[in-house]
Amino acid sequence: MRRSADDRLFRLTTGAFAAMVLVIVVGIGIELTRQSMLSIQKFGWSFWTGRTWDPVAGEFGALPFIWGTLYSSLLALLLSAPIALGIAIFISELSPRFLRQPLAYLTDLLAAIPSIVYGLWGIFVLVPIVRKLELLTPEPLRRLPLFHGPPLGVGMGTAALILAVMVVPFSSSVAREILKNVPSAQREAAYALGATRWEAIKVAIGYGKTGIIGAIMLGLGRALGETMAVTMVIGNNPQVSLSLFTPQYTMAAVIANEFTEAADELYLHALIEIGLLLFVITIVVNLASRLLIWSTKKRAAELVVLASPATKEEIAA
Amino acid sequence: MRKILIAFLLVGAACKPEAPTSNTVPASSGTITINGAGATFPYPIYSKWFSDYNKVHPDIQINYQSIGSGGGIKQLISQTVFFGATDGPMTDEQLKSAPGPILHLPTVLGAVVPAYNLPNLTADLKFTGPILADIYLGKVKKWNDPAVARSNPGVALPNLDITVVHRSEGSGTTYIWVDYLSKISPEFKQKVGVATAVNWPTGVGAKGNEGVTGMVRQIPGAIGYVELVYALQNKIPFGAVQNSAGEFVRASLDSVTTAAASAAANMPADFRVSITNAPGRGAYPISSFTWILMYENPTDKQRARVMVDFMKWALTDGQKEAPALGYAPLPKEVVDRELQALQKIQL
Repeated sequence: MRRSADDRLFRLTTGAFAAMVLVIVVGIGIELTRQSMLSIQKFGWSFWTGRTWDPVAGEFGALPFIWGTLYSSLLALLLSAPIALGIAIFISELSPRFLRQPLAYLTDLLAAIPSIVYGLWGIFVLVPIVRKLELLTPEPLRRLPLFHGPPLGVGMGTAALILAVMVVPFSSSVAREILKNVPSAQREAAYALGATRWEAIKVAIGYGKTGIIGAIMLGLGRALGETMAVTMVIGNNPQVSLSLFTPQYTMAAVIANEFTEAADELYLHALIEIGLLLFVITIVVNLASRLLIWSTKKRAAELVVLASPATKEEIAA
Repeated sequence: MRKILIAFLLVGAACKPEAPTSNTVPASSGTITINGAGATFPYPIYSKWFSDYNKVHPDIQINYQSIGSGGGIKQLISQTVFFGATDGPMTDEQLKSAPGPILHLPTVLGAVVPAYNLPNLTADLKFTGPILADIYLGKVKKWNDPAVARSNPGVALPNLDITVVHRSEGSGTTYIWVDYLSKISPEFKQKVGVATAVNWPTGVGAKGNEGVTGMVRQIPGAIGYVELVYALQNKIPFGAVQNSAGEFVRASLDSVTTAAASAAANMPADFRVSITNAPGRGAYPISSFTWILMYENPTDKQRARVMVDFMKWALTDGQKEAPALGYAPLPKEVVDRELQALQKIQL
């Protein structure tokens, strides 16, 4: 009797904590909407598609910032995913035992570096290197939309690089843990069937696929919201361009840059609406990654179902 | 072990709030704390002033948060701070939205200079206002453009692209720069306008004076505007600018104070004046006051008396500390008028 009362109390308390998360998220949404009413009423949907950001004339459109955020995060993901996975595989599967702990510790340490430090490193080390690379880009390549523009060293490409470096430790730590938790029976079974080392690793990756996608998506979440380091190297010029060379802008960066000096009401509301858009986009991206994880999980489950009768037959044979 | 640790932490937490109270109990009746917020540009001298003032008056503690001019104005209007500080004067609209009349008190002067990176160039460049406006409008794209060459006879200008660097965040420095360019060029005024953050037609945005300085250093052919203090500290080359008398003047503490003195003749009673493109010989054209903002009729009379006393000190003895920190001191005419204006504050 007493025991069930304890259980109920425990459930209520933890339930209240869980509900708090929900309340906070909904509260943020409501508050952001309320505080950006002026801009929502004035611009409506054109806020999403407008390309002009003119605080003097009071004309605000968020498209360049939305584009910059999504494009830089996507590029960072493309760069970081293979590297993060490679680090995770090396540490969990291939590394000599004595190197394993120090390597894992060092990658985790990368995540602890404040982003302003990454930003300063970006300005003083990465930017000159990128500019040299840009100057070396051959003329025919420069005509492509991807490499168009003057070689400044600051711009979308540099921002994506720095984001990738910042995202790698997050993705690789989680991926490493996932691989570590793959039951050794999986690998042993693969070896027993005469698999090479690479094939055995592939089996382990296949087993942990959902978790690994989750690890990469965690990195995406981090990239979407990163502010300081990006604003220091992206060039802060609101334009929509495919080029890695041109200066662009992100949502988080424009909020950080302009919020303190936004004394005008409409201007302030427009900035808060950018925050609202970032909030919505983050939710959508997270939902999409959930769906992706969910669908791979389902497919994996189907595979297991398909595979199990076969193994039984094999055993029987 | 863990229990001991927790006990230790608890004791520590319990002690913490007690320690300062026991220290301040005897003085607490006399200790006055005043909070202010605003512009980042004058932060170094304000914090020096407040700490020096505190040494003379140990019972007075003035705190200043350098959150930006816009933030300072907002907090002053919502009365969450006792005084504000700004690099650009408040607009009529902002003054109207405040619960009471607000006094603008100039404290020191700053200047903004065009810094550039042209390798192998030994001579200092000279800029006219229209050239700077056209560069920042994206119309002049090369360093060897005839317009640049005309004001720099005998200088071998390279065939290099101009990379425009501006501030990415809202800033009083931007305000002074675009205020000057808008006075010089009607086209700039119409296309860009005057504010702490504007829609730049061209260029790269960098964060803070240090960001602009860093970016200009890194990119050959770059031009950026930075506060005089930063250009001097970082020993980055910067150009002379033509003033309204037709002379090319290099920014220095003297030429900035001269600009303020020549503008003082037409100073409005509320001190809300832009002194960019000031008339008179020897005046550097891209200079500005920075202001402390106070209510004329504050409800807290005790704090008001302290603040007025502090302002009197800052305008007289405090001015002597300005040059060492890279700020131009106020001309005597302005100080005299301000000391009079301080009497408006109802104590």
